[in-house]
Amino acid sequence: MTYEPPITDYDYIVENCTCAFCGCNCDDLDYLVKDGHVVAVRHACRLGASKIMEDMDQRLLVPMIRDENGELMEVDWDTALDKAAEYIANSIRPVFYGWSETSTECMKEGLALGEYIGAVLDNQATICHGPSLQAVQNAGYPIQTLGEVQNRADMIAYSGSNAMNSHPRHMARYAVFCRGYFRQRGRFDRTVVTMDPKFSDTAKCSDKWIGFEQNGDYGFYNAIRAVLRGKELYQDVISGIPKEDIYELAEEMKNAEFGVLFFGLGLTHTLSKQRNIDIAIKMVQDLNKYSKWGLTPMRGHFNVNGFNIFMAFETGFAFGVDFARGTTRYMMGETNTIDLLVRKEPDCFMVIAADPGAHFPNGANQHLADIPVIQIDIHWGPSTELADVVLPGSFIGVECDGTSYRMDGVPIYMKKAIDKPETCRDDEWIVRELKERVMKLREEPNVAPKYVPNSNLDLAM
Amino acid sequence: MMEYILKNGIVYDPANGINGEKKDVMFKDDIIVDEVSADAKVIDVTDKIVMPAGVDPHAHVAGPKLVVGRLYRPEDSRMGVSQKTKVLRSESGFSIPSCPTTGYRYSRMGYGTVVEAAMPPLEAKHTHEEIATIPNIDIPALPLFGNNWFVMEYAKDKNIEDLAAFISSWLKISKGYGVKIVNPCGSEAWGWGMNVHGYDDKAPYFDVTSREVVMALAEANEMLGLPHSIHIHPNDLGHPGNVPTTLETLDSVKNIKKSSKATIRDQVMHVTHLQFHSYTGNSWKDAGSGAVEVADYINKHDHITCDVGQVTFDETTTMTADAPMEYDLFKLSGLKWTNKDIECETAAGIIPCIYSKKSPVSTLQWGIGLELFLLINDPWKVCLTTDHPNAGPFMRYPRIISWLMSNEKRQDMCENEVHKWIYKRTTLPTIEREYDFYEIATITRAAPAKIYGFEDRGALTPGYKADIAVYDINPNDIDPSKQALDIEKGFTVADYTIKDGQILVKDKEIVKVKESQNIWVNVKGWERQEQKVIDNIMPFFTQYYSVKWENYPVQDHYVSNPIRVDVEK
Repeated sequence: MTYEPPITDYDYIVENCTCAFCGCNCDDLDYLVKDGHVVAVRHACRLGASKIMEDMDQRLLVPMIRDENGELMEVDWDTALDKAAEYIANSIRPVFYGWSETSTECMKEGLALGEYIGAVLDNQATICHGPSLQAVQNAGYPIQTLGEVQNRADMIAYSGSNAMNSHPRHMARYAVFCRGYFRQRGRFDRTVVTMDPKFSDTAKCSDKWIGFEQNGDYGFYNAIRAVLRGKELYQDVISGIPKEDIYELAEEMKNAEFGVLFFGLGLTHTLSKQRNIDIAIKMVQDLNKYSKWGLTPMRGHFNVNGFNIFMAFETGFAFGVDFARGTTRYMMGETNTIDLLVRKEPDCFMVIAADPGAHFPNGANQHLADIPVIQIDIHWGPSTELADVVLPGSFIGVECDGTSYRMDGVPIYMKKAIDKPETCRDDEWIVRELKERVMKLREEPNVAPKYVPNSNLDLAM
Repeated sequence: MMEYILKNGIVYDPANGINGEKKDVMFKDDIIVDEVSADAKVIDVTDKIVMPAGVDPHAHVAGPKLVVGRLYRPEDSRMGVSQKTKVLRSESGFSIPSCPTTGYRYSRMGYGTVVEAAMPPLEAKHTHEEIATIPNIDIPALPLFGNNWFVMEYAKDKNIEDLAAFISSWLKISKGYGVKIVNPCGSEAWGWGMNVHGYDDKAPYFDVTSREVVMALAEANEMLGLPHSIHIHPNDLGHPGNVPTTLETLDSVKNIKKSSKATIRDQVMHVTHLQFHSYTGNSWKDAGSGAVEVADYINKHDHITCDVGQVTFDETTTMTADAPMEYDLFKLSGLKWTNKDIECETAAGIIPCIYSKKSPVSTLQWGIGLELFLLINDPWKVCLTTDHPNAGPFMRYPRIISWLMSNEKRQDMCENEVHKWIYKRTTLPTIEREYDFYEIATITRAAPAKIYGFEDRGALTPGYKADIAVYDINPNDIDPSKQALDIEKGFTVADYTIKDGQILVKDKEIVKVKESQNIWVNVKGWERQEQKVIDNIMPFFTQYYSVKWENYPVQDHYVSNPIRVDVEK
């Protein structure tokens, strides 16, 4: 890394802004603003700083519609919104996907539209921490806020997560290097263990690296559980780890005063998927018999947790919620975006603040190429190439304000620091406009004439 | 301007001493009045019960632990799904209904105000986002103070004045209504996987006992003169043999003088879900009911009020800031256990729970709850709750009412439905008392409103909010002790629910949905002390909280359209 001189040429500073990158939602950022642009960011990591500073890189600035020749043509806002509303109003199985990089205020509008028209609302959890949510539904969810980790934790384990690269300030601000009330010497007061087949950058700065073999996660955690429950291990090597090491690690974990397991997609997306998380959760539950342990999924986008929380309090389900029949319905493997697309069910797809073009499996993207796709985003991406209508939004936490939820569920108000480009609109405004236009085009389908309570409630009525 | 007359109803309004009189209730716009013009619309409620809208003094309806419950229990959400209508969104949930569902169901039962009983200040924004999503009911929220590090330090130093300023400031920051204490010092001990045992046990490191924290908070509460007293969930919840801890807790504040500013309430301590704190014995093997002793204490002392936390025999979701207790439950049941520790403030635990009539323990808990209702003589000292969703969902209030009004129903259940422990371990089968409608109106409306010091609801006094419920029950034509099911049916759906003068439920159907309002307490005249306290704790806050101070308070836009209660110095 070469030395970069500090930026001195700026008009003013906006303090305590919130980073709109990963699930750490660092809220201590200072933006240095010149001529209406952020020219430097203090306190942020490289990922966050570059996202904020290079906000004009490949920026979508004007609404576009794909014409009959397959070219995206610039149009005015009214035309673009009308076209998008028409696609939604004429569909019978619309899917609204994304939401993890926008505010809960915007989600509120999207949910109202989805409930009205009978759409499926889903977010990136369906392709990232979905297995974690499934496991939480199987086994429980012993978590803690990040400040609790900072103040108390003396043992930190990262599993299937390379925090150093994916959440660069996680270790510095919340978990490892920072001083805590009961951990005054910061890093020296903590034992850091990385459990990962890869000798990652996180492993490099850990005290211990457990390099179990690929897809060996389940066997490894199962072995630790067995040891915690006083069982003897019969195999000498489990998941590539000698059993002596497992005994030693289990003993260390039992003796920690406060331990936390942070896990990432390396754990959710190997062979046993949600079962890996199941067993990790159960291990943490077992550990609480001896000391205090918790875990936290390393959520990727800054508001991916927010969508799950938002949907849970609005509808009772966290993601993949289907309103097609006028009821709320959630069924893993049935009402999730990838499953729907692979079955070629959707006939209209709205993607907001996400990039399925880059992240979805080929089969799903093939269907996206066949149906109308509406994109609301701030940057060009592969999804733009799939889109039939492009609606340029604005940057939450920089150009407009909104609420997000950190990976541990702490709500953060992200304030506005600079003005958005004149031709762009706030996500919330765009979705509200779409809602109002769709409501004019089509009457609400699947409305029951009268409220009928669910018989499971066993009400005396 | 809209004027209405509810004509010929049979009115139960305990705050005004009206006990089943046939009279008209009038309101103009959102206010109850004693006369209206000739143009007033007439709603005929002849021979139907008219009461003030219900006030629920303790329920968990909005906030971070609720959302985790919904997120990790789709099986519960599926239980209550219904189709949307022109007025209503699709419902979901049984013990932890979604936010809109919560509002609808309370509205159907004729409720107008529900207190969210536990709000961690760090996540208060989340609680307020949910409150704004719940329609039709007003929701004050109680921030948690019992395990807050600053509070424990002030309590240790016996620095009541700074503690009062801290409370005053934190009520503004979190937009809260009063002081909630949950397992004082115990949830902090849970930070290290421990708990406190008894009232005089110390929190690790902080070197302060539960007694010191509770007494300091009670004194600070009275120094500020808040409308509500301290609201406590004592130590040792759910542990057999916790009666001594409970009685010590109640007795410890008897010499604290109630503030002269708090003119409406009588108590200096409100004890919540007392049922969970009234167990004798040493283990579940020899556990029994301590209700007689506890009720006796309350009957003899006037500084305490309580709500019950009645078990309803349902599969429900327990959730409390008493996190170590939830882990104890996990060790008993092995069901999926959730925990959520909040830095420097509190902790929380969640676990599903099945209360079964066949289970001796559930039966004992059910019996103790009813014993408390029936043995506490003054209905102004006891409120109807299930500690929703801990002992059962709030939808079961009508069923509880039917039990309270019918000895015959209770005897029948003891004999034919529940476990035989009810005869061996409780005195319930020997109690013949039956509540009348006036007492029911007291424990579901008038008493909670008085306990919270509400000056605008819980009664049909002219000048009060027009929050009114009409039930399709004719008191002259029903024998509650013989018609328990009809009583339950009658209270399950109100004929009319009127909130702020708006007719929300008409002919047992929700016809209108309105935005809910948060109620919070603004203490005046403490600004200088508050600033001093904030200045003092700022270095700590900057170093040990994971959010910046600027991001900590609940910004005004999260609390749109609040009701602010000003407390003058």
